[in-house]
Amino acid sequence: MDLEKFKVHGEPLIYGAMISIALATIGIIVGLTVFKKWGYLWREWLTTVDHKRIGVMYILAALLMLFRGGIDAIMMRLQTAAPDMKFLDAQHYNEVFTTHGLIMILFMAMPFIIGLMNVIIPLQIGARDVAFPRLNAVSFWLFFFGAMLLNISFVIGGSPDAGWSAYFPLASIEFSPTVGNNYYSLALQISGIGTLITGINFIVTILKMRAPGMKLMKMPMFTWSVLITNIIIVFAFPVLTVALALMMFDRLFGSQFFTMANGGMDMLWANLFWVWGHPEVYIVVLPAFGIYSEIIATFSKKNLYGYTSMVFSMLIISLLSFLVWAHHFYTMGQGVMVNSFFSITTMAIAVPTGVKIFNWLFTLRKGRITFTTPMLYTLAFIPIFTIGGVTGVMLAMASADYQYHNTMFLVAHFHYVLIPGAVFAVIAGFHYWFPKVFGFRLNERLGKHAFWWIIISFNVTFFPLFLLGLMGMTRRMYTYSEETGFGPLNMLSFAGALGLAIGFVILVYNIYWSTRYEPRDTTGDPWDARTLEWATNSPIPAYNFAVVPKVQTRDALWSAKQDNIPLFTEEITKIHMPSNTGKPFILGVVFFFFGFFLVFSMWIPAIVAGVGIILVMAAMSFDRDHGFYIPAKEVIATEKKLRGETV
Amino acid sequence: MKIDASKPLEYATEENSNKIFGFWVFLGAEIPLFATLFTVYLVMVDRFASGPSGKEIFEIGPVLIETFLLLSSSFTIGLAIHAMRHGYKKAMMVFMGITLLMGLAFIGIEITEFFTYVHEGATLQTSGFLSSLFVLLGTHGAHVSFGFLWGSVIMYQIWRQGINPATANKAFIFSLFWHFLDVVWIFIFSFVYLKGLM
Repeated sequence: MDLEKFKVHGEPLIYGAMISIALATIGIIVGLTVFKKWGYLWREWLTTVDHKRIGVMYILAALLMLFRGGIDAIMMRLQTAAPDMKFLDAQHYNEVFTTHGLIMILFMAMPFIIGLMNVIIPLQIGARDVAFPRLNAVSFWLFFFGAMLLNISFVIGGSPDAGWSAYFPLASIEFSPTVGNNYYSLALQISGIGTLITGINFIVTILKMRAPGMKLMKMPMFTWSVLITNIIIVFAFPVLTVALALMMFDRLFGSQFFTMANGGMDMLWANLFWVWGHPEVYIVVLPAFGIYSEIIATFSKKNLYGYTSMVFSMLIISLLSFLVWAHHFYTMGQGVMVNSFFSITTMAIAVPTGVKIFNWLFTLRKGRITFTTPMLYTLAFIPIFTIGGVTGVMLAMASADYQYHNTMFLVAHFHYVLIPGAVFAVIAGFHYWFPKVFGFRLNERLGKHAFWWIIISFNVTFFPLFLLGLMGMTRRMYTYSEETGFGPLNMLSFAGALGLAIGFVILVYNIYWSTRYEPRDTTGDPWDARTLEWATNSPIPAYNFAVVPKVQTRDALWSAKQDNIPLFTEEITKIHMPSNTGKPFILGVVFFFFGFFLVFSMWIPAIVAGVGIILVMAAMSFDRDHGFYIPAKEVIATEKKLRGETV
Repeated sequence: MKIDASKPLEYATEENSNKIFGFWVFLGAEIPLFATLFTVYLVMVDRFASGPSGKEIFEIGPVLIETFLLLSSSFTIGLAIHAMRHGYKKAMMVFMGITLLMGLAFIGIEITEFFTYVHEGATLQTSGFLSSLFVLLGTHGAHVSFGFLWGSVIMYQIWRQGINPATANKAFIFSLFWHFLDVVWIFIFSFVYLKGLM
C-alpha cells in the first residue's frame, strides 16, 4: 500500500487547512458529546424524512460551501491583485479556480435552490410532504457525501486542477496524473444521482399532489419555475452521468473515449459536458426567476403581470437551453454553419428572458412597493442581470467571440449573470421565507447593511473584469507582469472581493442576532403575502396543514384575505405521516466510501462498498414501515399552541 | 392507507399510483442516458484505429439467441403481471421465475461474448470504437443484472407476503423496467449489430 499518494506536500496553506479541518472535527465531536446531542442529531436530523428539515440541511450545507468557495475566490483575487504575486503557485492556483467553480455551482447554488424548493414547494401547493419522502432523504445524503468527497480532495491526494469544465486532453491521466480529476468524476457522479432523484421526486410532487382546485395555470410562479427546472434536471443530468462515467473509465481503466490516439476524441467531452452544462445554468436561474416573481408580487401588492407569458417564456427557455451548448467553444473549429446555428439559438434566449424582465417591471408599475430586504435584492437584480444578459448577447456573436473567448470579459459576464440570477435570488428567498421556517424575521436593518455591502462590492469586484478582458487579460492565468497594465484594475477587484466577504459575514451575523433578539411572529403571514405557504402557522408544524386547503384562484391566500373565500373548510382528522429512517444516511456513507476507494483505485474495498450499496438498497426494499398517524386531538392542540392560544 | 378497490391492486393507493408515475419519469431519464451512449457509439463507430472493426468481431449467432431470450422474457413478464391481476400467485411466480432465468441466460451469453472479444484482442483499451461498444453494451448488461437482483428480491417478497398492494406495485414497476430494457436492446440489435454486420 503506497501511502505517498494520499499526501499533499509543500504548501503551508494546505497544512493550515488540514489542521483546521482536524480541529473542527474534534470540536464537533467533543461538542456533541459534552452537550449530549448525538441522539438529538440522529433522531431529529440525520434520519428525518421531513421536507422542511431536509431543506434546512440543504441550505446549511450551501451556506458552508458558500464560505468555502468564497475563500477560494479571495485567494484568487489576492494572487492576481498585483503583478508577480507569490501567494499561490501555478498548481495551487489551478486547484483553487477549479474547486471554486465546482463548489459555487454544484455545491452552493444548486443545493441552496433545492433547499428552498424542499421547504416551500409542498407548502405552496398545499401538500403534506413531497411524493417520496424517503427518496428525498436519499437525495440529500447523496448530495452531501458527494460534496464531502470533493472537499476532502484538498487535503487527501490533491484537488482537481483542470478547470470546472475539465476539458480533455488536459483532464486525462496523461496530463493530470494526480487523483484530483478522479475526485471530480466520482464526487460529481454521487451528488448528481442525488439531484436526478430530486428531479423525479418534485415532478411527481407538483403534478400529483396539488391541493384540490389548484389547476396547473393556478400554480404560484415559483412552483411553475421549479416544475420546469426539474424537467430540465431529468433530461440534462443523465448526460452528465454518462460523461462522468466515460471520464472515469478513461482515467481508471484506460479506455479511449477522450484520448488523443487510438480513435479517441477530446472534443466529445466538451460537447457532452456542455450539453449538460448549459441547461445547468438554467437549472439554477429559472427557480431564481420564480423566487423574484413571488417577491415582486408580494411587495408591490399586485398580482404578477403576464402570468401566462411568464410560464410560456420559461418553457421556451427550457427548450432553447438544450440547443445552445456549442456557444461555449466557438473557437474550437466546428465551422461556420454550426457556429451560426448556435449563435442564433443563443441570441433567441434573450427574447423570452426579456419578456420576463418586462413582466416584472409592469408588475412594479403603480404598485404599492415596500422596500424590504428581499425586495431590495430583487430590485438590484433587474439592472445587474440585464448587464449580464446584454454582454451575453455580445458573446453570443460567434465572430465577435473570437475576441472575447476565455478572457476576463467572459468571467465578468457569467458572474454578472449567475450572482444576480442565482445568489441574490437565494439570499432574497432566504430572507423572504426565513420567518416561515423559524417563526421570526431576519433583522431588516442588518439585512439592508449586508445588502448595500454586497451590491456595491459585487460591482466593484466584477465590473473591472469586463475592462480587463477587453484589455486582453485571459482567464485562469495565475500571474502577469507589470508591463501589461492589469495591476490597478485587479487591485480594485480584490478590494471589492473583501467587501463582498464583509457583506456575507454581516448576513450570517444577522442570523445569529435575529435568533436572539428579533420578535417572534405569531400570524404566520408577516409580509402580508399571497400564496399558500403563508396560510399555515410558522414555524410550520410537521404535518404542514391541519386541513388540506381548497384552492379557487391563483393567489389563493390573497383572495382568501381580500374576498373572504375560506381556504380550510373541512374538519381536522387524523393525519398520516411517514416515519423516519436511518437508511438514506447509511446509503450516503457507503457511497462516500465507494467513491473514495475508486478515487485511489483500491479495487477490493471498492467492490466491498459496491456490494454494500446493493445490500442497503435491498434492505430499503424490505422495509414494511407504512408510517404512522397523528391523532386529531394532537393536531388541534398543536394548532392552538402555535397560534399562541393557551390549551 | 386508503385502498381504492375500483383500481388494479398496483394502483390501489395514492402512494402506489405516485410510485408508478415516478417510475415513468425515471424511465424518461433513462432515455437521455441511453441516447447519450448511443450518440457516443455512433460518433466512435468508425474510429477503430489499429484495432478490429465491428464487422470483424460481431457474430450474429449469439446475438440472435440473446435477442430471442430478452424478447421472450418481456412476454413472460407480461404473463406474470396478467397472472398477478387475477391473483394467481403460483402462476405469477412461475412466469417471473422464467423471466429472470432468461435474463440470467442473456447475461451469461453477453459475458461469454465479451470474453471472446477480449480473446480476439478487442479490449476496452484498444480503440475509441471498442470503448464505446463495451460501455454501451455493459450499461445495458448492468441494467439487466441489476434487474435480476431486484426481481429476485421482489419474488422473495411475493413468496413470503403474497400479492398485496405493496408487492403488486413493486412487481408492476419491475415489469416496466424489464420492458424498457427490451426496447433498449432492440436499438442495440439494430444500430450496433445489424448496422455493424452490414
